[in-house]
Amino acid sequence: MTTPAPKTTVMPKVTMMRSQLGRALGSGSAHSGAAHWWAERVSAVLLVPLTLWFIFAMVSLLGAKQQEVANYIAVPLHAGMFLALIALTFHHGAMGLQVVFEDYVHALARRQIYILTVKFLALVLGLTAAASVIKLAALGH
Amino acid sequence: MTDIREAQFIARNSAGKLTQRPVSPHLGIYRWPITMVSSILNRIAGVALCIGSLLLVCWLSAAASSNNTYTAVQSFVASPLGLLAMFGWTAALYYHLFAGIRHLAWDLGKGFAIPSLNLISWIVIGLTGAFTILTWIIGYAALES
Repeated sequence: MTTPAPKTTVMPKVTMMRSQLGRALGSGSAHSGAAHWWAERVSAVLLVPLTLWFIFAMVSLLGAKQQEVANYIAVPLHAGMFLALIALTFHHGAMGLQVVFEDYVHALARRQIYILTVKFLALVLGLTAAASVIKLAALGH
Repeated sequence: MTDIREAQFIARNSAGKLTQRPVSPHLGIYRWPITMVSSILNRIAGVALCIGSLLLVCWLSAAASSNNTYTAVQSFVASPLGLLAMFGWTAALYYHLFAGIRHLAWDLGKGFAIPSLNLISWIVIGLTGAFTILTWIIGYAALES
């Protein structure tokens, strides 16, 4: 079921469809360039130790009472680790979901709505978690 | 049309007309190699972790709210559904962690030979299983003592 190539007298001309500036900036189809890729990797590297610590912290807090959780988070290093974990997790997660939408949602308007909704949710939920950590740190001793 | 795969070759060309030609990739055609499985599992684990992060927000904000809310969240986590969710969360967390480290190695240009790709896929799956089970054993031991 192949259609014959149209006969043409014009010589085929290959044109670079990207501007030199575009090439230099390294922007791909998502128009955001390498910054997104880098941010994903950097947050991933930081999340490796934070995740391992998080699992350790969660296991040691199994069945803990509210006051025990507060006391744990009242240790400044624990609060700091939690805050870093929250910031990087929601940052990394929002970036990851953005790529998923870019891959699977082809209608541009819908894709953009999904991406912005996820970013907004990540912001609100991340800040909620961070506010909770700060309050718990104040409740503990 | 005698072969089911031919049905998958039907698509629209850029002029909007129906045409029959191979369109790639059609996942139904491949026998899934382990690299494909381990790749999509990483994305699924990542999305699962995003959903799982809601539970972390619930748990933290409940602990910061009132004793009653916190007890309610704790009893959900201890329920069969909660335990299943936590087990899935642990597995997803380890999977995304190990598969993520594999990605970072790829970013350094390492491990692209087919045999090592196959091997590392199995290693990631094996490590996830081992660490998930180990974590739960340690967790239950910690609760008992």
